This record gives sequence, C-alpha cells and structure tokens, in this order.
Amino acid sequence: MIVTFWGTRGSIATVGSQTQVYGGNTPCVSVASGESLVILDAGSGIRRLAEKGYYKRFNRIHILLTHLHMDHIQGLGFFDMFFDPAAEIHIWGPPSTSASLKMRLHRYLSPPLFPVRIRDFSCQLHLHEVTQETFFIEPFYITTNFVLHPGPTLAFRLTDGDKVVSYIPDHEPALGAKKFPISPDWTSGYTLAQSADLLIHDAQYSEEEYSTRQGWGHSSMHQALQFAQLAQVKRLELFHHDPSHSDAQLDAMYQEYVNGQWDFEVHLAVEDQTISL
Amino acid sequence: MPVKEIEVILSRQLADSLSIPIFLVDPKGDLIFYNEPAEGILGKRFEDTGPMPMKIWSTIFKIKDDDGILIPQEDLPLVKSLTLQIPAQSSFWLESLSGERHHISVTSLPLIGEANRFLGALAIFWKNEDS
Repeated sequence: MIVTFWGTRGSIATVGSQTQVYGGNTPCVSVASGESLVILDAGSGIRRLAEKGYYKRFNRIHILLTHLHMDHIQGLGFFDMFFDPAAEIHIWGPPSTSASLKMRLHRYLSPPLFPVRIRDFSCQLHLHEVTQETFFIEPFYITTNFVLHPGPTLAFRLTDGDKVVSYIPDHEPALGAKKFPISPDWTSGYTLAQSADLLIHDAQYSEEEYSTRQGWGHSSMHQALQFAQLAQVKRLELFHHDPSHSDAQLDAMYQEYVNGQWDFEVHLAVEDQTISL
Repeated sequence: MPVKEIEVILSRQLADSLSIPIFLVDPKGDLIFYNEPAEGILGKRFEDTGPMPMKIWSTIFKIKDDDGILIPQEDLPLVKSLTLQIPAQSSFWLESLSGERHHISVTSLPLIGEANRFLGALAIFWKNEDS
C-alpha cells in the first residue's frame, strides 16, 4: 500500500513562503495498491495529483469523500480525468437527510460557483451514496462510519491484507466531553482507527485555539494524540493543518505536544510525502 | 464492546451538561447512560452500575397513576418512543424500591440519526411540585 499526501491543509488553500514545508493544498490523499487507486477527498491537492499524471496508469479511479465541505471538494472540477471519455470514475460519499449526493455535489459543480456542470463531465461517472458500511474496492475492504463533525461526515478505514490505513481528517471526538478521552465505546471514530498501521487524523488547533473554537468540528493536536493512543495505532500523521499556522508554528506545536511523549510514531503530514506500508 | 453511534455520544454529552435528569436507552430499551441528576431518582450512580438491561432497571420502580393503579409498560412514554418511534409525554407516580414516592412528568423522544437509523430514545424526567 502506497499512501501519498497531495494536500494536508485544512479549511482553505494557503499558498506562500510560510507553508512550503508542510504544504498549502487542502485535503487529498491517495492510496494505491496493485492496479487500484483510491483517492481520499478532493481538496485542491487533487489538482496536483492530476498534474503529475499519477493516476494515468489506473483505468478506474475511486474518489472517497468524507463530507462536502468546500475544502474537501473544491478540487473536483480541476481533476482532468473527469473530461476523459475513456475514464471510469466512482465517487463515494454521504447523502444528507434531505438531498442526494448528486444534488449536493451539483450545488458546487454548477453556475454561479463553477462554470461546468457535473452532467457535462465526459468520463463514465458513477456516484455511490455510503453511510455506515463495509464495501470492497479490490484489493481494499473499506469500512465507513459517521464521525463527529458538523453535517453528515464519514471517515474511512482501508484494509489491504494485514495493513490498515484510517483516514479521519475532520473530527472533534472531544466535543462536549467533560473528560477526554473516556472509554473506547463512547469515542467517535474509535472502531475505524483501532490498531491501525497508519492513522491520518485532524490536528488543526493548539490547546488555546481549541478552547475558543469548540463545536467547529476539529481537534487540537493534543486531542489527536490522545485519540491515537486510545486507539493504539502504530503511526499517526497529524493532518488538516490550520491555515493560520506557518511551518515554524507547526514545528513549535510538534515540539510542545509530541516531543517523544508517545509510544507510537508521530509526524506532521507533509504534502508530497509518500508512505509505504 | 461496539462503539456508540455519534448521535448517542452527543446525547450523552448533552445529558452530562444538563441539570435535569435524563435517561438514555438503546433500541432494545437497555439503559446505556443516566446523568448525575438522574442518579437521584434511581438511587444509584452510573459510575457504579454502568449500563443496565431493561429487565433489571425497569424493576427498580413501580409506576402508578393518580389512583394508585400500576400503569402498563406499553403506556409509558419511553416505551412508546421505543416501540412507535414517536415523542411521548405523561405524568405519573413513581415509587422506588424503598417506598419513596415522586410525582413525575416524563418527556421522551426517539433518537433517529443520519440515514434514518433508529438508535434508541432519550427520556427527560421532571419532578412535579406536588411530589
């Protein structure tokens, strides 16, 4: 399994000299195994994946959307495979209680927000609504479940043989909890992350920032670490960097919150980085 | 132990933050959480009991009407919310095993989450002034 980060930034693309190390594109992660490519979220990072032609050896692409906040779908219209009639693309994502996945995507992929309508994509496009289930995209078994974040939001657990990648980019498991973490059975996302070889998890805020942004749907770096420890993961990639955090600030947060205190591997997710499992 | 659905986790966290008694049950009616104010009604602490199967927690009380007649289970708000998946409300006398009597009003609502998943019910207890 080859995991590549194409976008690691949360909320809004943040380009500039201050974000050159960890990257400024919004969430997009690819997971490749054999002849299959699964793309997790379609933030602005998906444009870079397209730019590098990375997908071209795969004739069938699966895009798994955790939710439809702008930073997770804004790259869709810039993925040029949508305009290749020979390409087969499957998009998997959550419906809302009142609108289908197609209708919800159409709100963005139509004027005035975007010049091209989803029906004008010339690829063979298949949309799949998923809620909480396990499905198979060879060679991956993919388990989904809702997690704590405003609006219907999924997270994914991809299993390929004996390797597991968990992707929980937008997640506030500590919301409303008097004490965090409590027991695993009362912790959002636990089953998806349990014993994962690699957990990619929201770590947007410092502790101080979280105290004024509770309910916004994100975790502090410290909460991400506590969640990873509860789930007994082997490696944690801190993800969904806040747009206001420069590379230097991220390094300082890492020093403060991580710094050798945990019994699993911890890294700040870096755009363009590849991890082999 | 399976992880609770996020709507159930949020319900517990809401209950944990309120000063009115709240009981949270799963679709089978098993009591999966009650908050600190509810501990006063049950006479037990959640930290001590943990979750309780319906057959156990339902025997802790006798529920009677104004005439002292036992109310059938199917007429209780929480049972209606579980079986019919509707909100329900009523007042009755609640008698604990120690013989203590309280006049109680109960409002219950079914928990129906994303994708119309039925996840259980939540009951709010109010102790009436004539209690």
